This record gives sequence, C-alpha cells and structure tokens, in this order.
Amino acid sequence: MIRSQRWKGAAFTVPFQLGFVFLYLVPIGYAVYQSLYLEKQSGLGLGGSTTEFAGLSNYSHGLTDSAFLGSVLRVVVFACVQIPLMLLISLVLALFLDALASRAASRFRIVLLVPYMIPGVVAAIVWINLYSPDVGPLTPLGKVLGFDWNFFAPSMVWPSIGNLLTWHGVGYNMVIIYSALQGVPRELFEAARLDGASEFRIARSIKVPFVRGALVLTGLLSIIQMLQIFNEPALFRNVTPQTVSDSFTPIMIIYNQAFNAGNYHYAAALSVLLALILGVASFLFYRLTSREAD
Amino acid sequence: MLLTEDRARPSQPRAVRRLTRPDPAGRTRGGQRFLLVGLVLASAYSLFPVWWLIVAATKDRVGLYQTNGLWFSGWHLWDNLHQLFTYHDGIYLRWTANSFLYAGAGSLGGTLIALATGYGLARFDFPGRSVVFACVVGSFLIPIALLTLPLYLLFSAIGMVDTPWAMLIPCLINPFSVYLAKVYTESTIPYELMEAARIDGAGELRIFFSIVLRMMTTGGATVFLLAFVNTWNAFFLPLTVLRGEQNWTLNLGLYNWSGNRLESGVDLTSLVLTGALLSIVPMAVMMVAMRRYWRTGVTLGALK
Repeated sequence: MIRSQRWKGAAFTVPFQLGFVFLYLVPIGYAVYQSLYLEKQSGLGLGGSTTEFAGLSNYSHGLTDSAFLGSVLRVVVFACVQIPLMLLISLVLALFLDALASRAASRFRIVLLVPYMIPGVVAAIVWINLYSPDVGPLTPLGKVLGFDWNFFAPSMVWPSIGNLLTWHGVGYNMVIIYSALQGVPRELFEAARLDGASEFRIARSIKVPFVRGALVLTGLLSIIQMLQIFNEPALFRNVTPQTVSDSFTPIMIIYNQAFNAGNYHYAAALSVLLALILGVASFLFYRLTSREAD
Repeated sequence: MLLTEDRARPSQPRAVRRLTRPDPAGRTRGGQRFLLVGLVLASAYSLFPVWWLIVAATKDRVGLYQTNGLWFSGWHLWDNLHQLFTYHDGIYLRWTANSFLYAGAGSLGGTLIALATGYGLARFDFPGRSVVFACVVGSFLIPIALLTLPLYLLFSAIGMVDTPWAMLIPCLINPFSVYLAKVYTESTIPYELMEAARIDGAGELRIFFSIVLRMMTTGGATVFLLAFVNTWNAFFLPLTVLRGEQNWTLNLGLYNWSGNRLESGVDLTSLVLTGALLSIVPMAVMMVAMRRYWRTGVTLGALK
C-alpha cells in the first residue's frame, strides 16, 4: 500500500480517536486522579474545605468498606444463581427451536424476543406493577392458590428481580445460542441416529458441546452486566426503600457517594475498584471455561 | 411440515425421500408435541406482562385497582392518553421529543463516525491501527460508572451539564458501533473496487462518501438501529447528566413518576402505565421493520 494512502486511511479514524480520548481516556484518567485525593473539612465545616493528596487511602477505605464489599458479594451470589438459570432456559429453548421446522421456529423466535425489545426501565416498571399488591394480578393469583406472596419482602426482592432479568434476557441469549446451533453440521445428527442415539442424547452429546462458545460468551456478557446492575434495583427502591437500600448494588453506592454524599473522590476510587473486579471476574470466567474445554 | 429437520439441504431428492419415511425415534409426534408445549408456555411467559400492560392502559383508575388485570373492563385508553399528554403542560411529549432527539441525532452522528472508523480500520494498514482496535475492544469492559461520573464532573466544569449536549456528545463515540462497522466493511467493500476507483482518479474522501457509504447502507442501518435502541434505553447517563425535567428522556420521566406515585393528589399509576406502553411503540416499530438487519447485529454482537 502506498504510504500516503496509509495516512489517509488513518485520517478516517481521527474523529473517533479524538472522541475516544475525550470521552474515554480523559475521564478514566480523571477518575484515577480524583481517587487519589480527599476532601478535608477545615474547622467545623464552616471554613470551607480543602483538597488534599491522600494516596491510596480511598482504595484501602473501599477495600474495607463493608457496605461496598457487601454489595459486591450480594451481586456475585445473585449472579451465580440467576445467570446459570437464565442460560439453561435459553439453551433449552434454543434446542427446542432447533428441533422444530424452520418456519414454526422463526415464529416462536420472534415471540420469545418480544421482552428484549422492551427498554429495561419499562420492563422493570411493568414487573413492579405485576408484583404490586394493589394493581398486579399475581397477588390475587397467589391468594387463589393459597399463597400469601409479597414480592417486595426482603427475602423475595432478589428472586423478584431475578425473574425480571430472566424474562428480559432469555430471548437475546436464546437467539445467540440458536444461531450457533444452526452451524452444527446436520450430517452429525444423521450419523448419530443411525447409531441409535436418541434425540435427547444427540442434544446432550453433540449440540450442547458445539454451542459451548456461545454459552461462554453469553455468560461473560451477563456477568459484566450483572456486576453493573443499577436500573432494576433503583426502580424497586422507589417502591420498597426499606428493603432495597441505597447501597444495594455497587453502582448504587457509587452513585450515592457521588451525588448524595458529595464524595466524588471516594466514588471515583470505588469505580476504579469495580472496573478491576470486573476485569478479574471476566478473566477468571474465561480461564475457567476455556480450561474445561481441553 | 413440523416434522422436517432438513432445511440444511431442502433441494436434494434424498431429503425429500426421507420426509416420506416413518419418523425415526425421538422425532415422533409425541416428541414434537412436547417441544410445542414447552415453547407455548415460554411464549405465554414472554407475552403476558406485555398483554397486562396493554390491558392496564385501557382502564380507568377504578378498573385498574378492582378488576382482573388480564382482561378488559371499560375502554378508557383515550382518556388515559389525553391525561398523559396534558399532564404538567404536556411534559410527556417533551420527553418523547427529547428521547427522539438524543437517540436520533446522537446515533446518526455516531454511525457516521463509526462507519468512517470501521472503514479506516478494515481497509488501511497504518501505524497504530492495532492500538485503536485494542481500545475499541477493551472499552467493552469499562463499567459505566467509571466513565459517567468523571464525565459528569468534566461536563459540569465546562457548563454542559443539564443541556442536550451532555447526552448527545457521548453518543457520538460508540466502540461497539465501530466494531460492527469494521466487520461489515470487511464483508462488503472489496479492495479491487477501491483500486479501480483510485485508478479512475477518485480521491479517498470521494471513494468513502460516494462508494463506501452507499454500499454500506445495510450495515450502516444496523449500526444506526442498535445505537438508537441503546440511547433510547439509556438510563444511568441521563440520570447523571440531566437535572431539569425539561431535558429529561422518557425513561427518566417514567422513573420519576413511578417514584412519586402520588403527586399533588393525583395518582400517577395510570399515567406511568400508559406512558410506559407508549414508549415501547417506537422500539417495536423499528425492530419489526428492521428485523433482518437487527438480528445480524445481535448475532454479530455475539462474536465480539
């Protein structure tokens, strides 16, 4: 390639590079810089405040902050239950679709994708109202069945949010797994059938191993999303502030530290910590799942 | 034709012959019925909340609280819409317009930048190319809080907080769009075409604007659609950078209404539900209209 063309090619990416610097690199650098400082009140808070270099003290504070660690743990435990469950349902539905004629499959696929078309905030609003004892149909249904459901009770909040997330996410994950399934060579099924394998056996021994990559990917995306969960608990907090505290998830704590407590420095340190946790979690998940494949 | 599984080779006579054979074990009528029952149940689970929302939007307050949520009682949709559009001097319409502005203009600008970048990355070999691409992929892992909080501080330092710019500017740079644009360029723009245009004396800008952009209509539409949906659904960014309700998005407005169910004596539940239903409509229209393109976007997203 001619030298001048190379630079012209590079020029096409300049707007993006400039934007990336201003909207990604500078903010991240600024967050790291902010996280190293501390706001000190002088006197009794009357003499204004001064900003002092604090080194890593915001970080050591964050790593010993039981509210922050608790929120991370809460989300991680929840992720360990919800993500496998959601992926299992997505996988089963994708296998069902794959065993169906393509026409019927495409109809079901559209229907199952309907929840994914709904904005997350609206999805949460809908389910909160479905759960509501005043207007929702689920509470009367529970009464008919002899249950006294309270979807906003402390022990029920995570299952309620989990159901909402599963409802919202199954279609998307199913489509990804389904398109991976479409890539399985059909001859394999015939060969297995000739050997007398049942359809269930074929699904378990041929199809599932084949879509392993898609499962790892959807799992990874779900983990990244889950550690940053904010919309759903924020909307639940509107209804049941006693149960969903303002430190329910890591991002809720960061938001509150920044905007309610006015402690940007600490909030910045916590965001950097969250980014590190996210990186480590993704790395571990990737390593674990790819090692098993060997 | 529910019993066929041979779409991979539909035109081969062997496949046709197989259709007339008795079903092999497991692909029996009972097996198919099992699949259908499972899928119908899953569909019902997917659809009933949407159905409930539609029904709820047609009810007045008494009906909402006292009748079965899954069936109609009285038709009050027009009253609800009228109330929704007139409440607070029509603030809901303002939010709708804002959402369209942010998602429309932001995604349009973002798509153009992404297409140029994707084309540059896919078809030119320049020093630093791999660094740019590493930035694109690496940014998928950055949590929103790490970007949004310092962005808020920077925007407030230059007086941009609470203006439409605070929403629009971040939309211009979308690494995932760049990634998609690169993949699309690789599959649609042949080197030979660029060479031919160069021999004909076309400049690089001219090649981009009159050849590449035109060939990338489909890919560009997907990039635009996904960016539009992303911005329309955004919540954390608008919550952080928009303060006054005049600049809010639909999501932010609905969040606020659902937080103050009782505002100055008015029960907002009905407004929230009707407003929520209405805010889905543009998404549904776009997704159905562009189903094919959108699906390739979703599956491409899976490859990243």
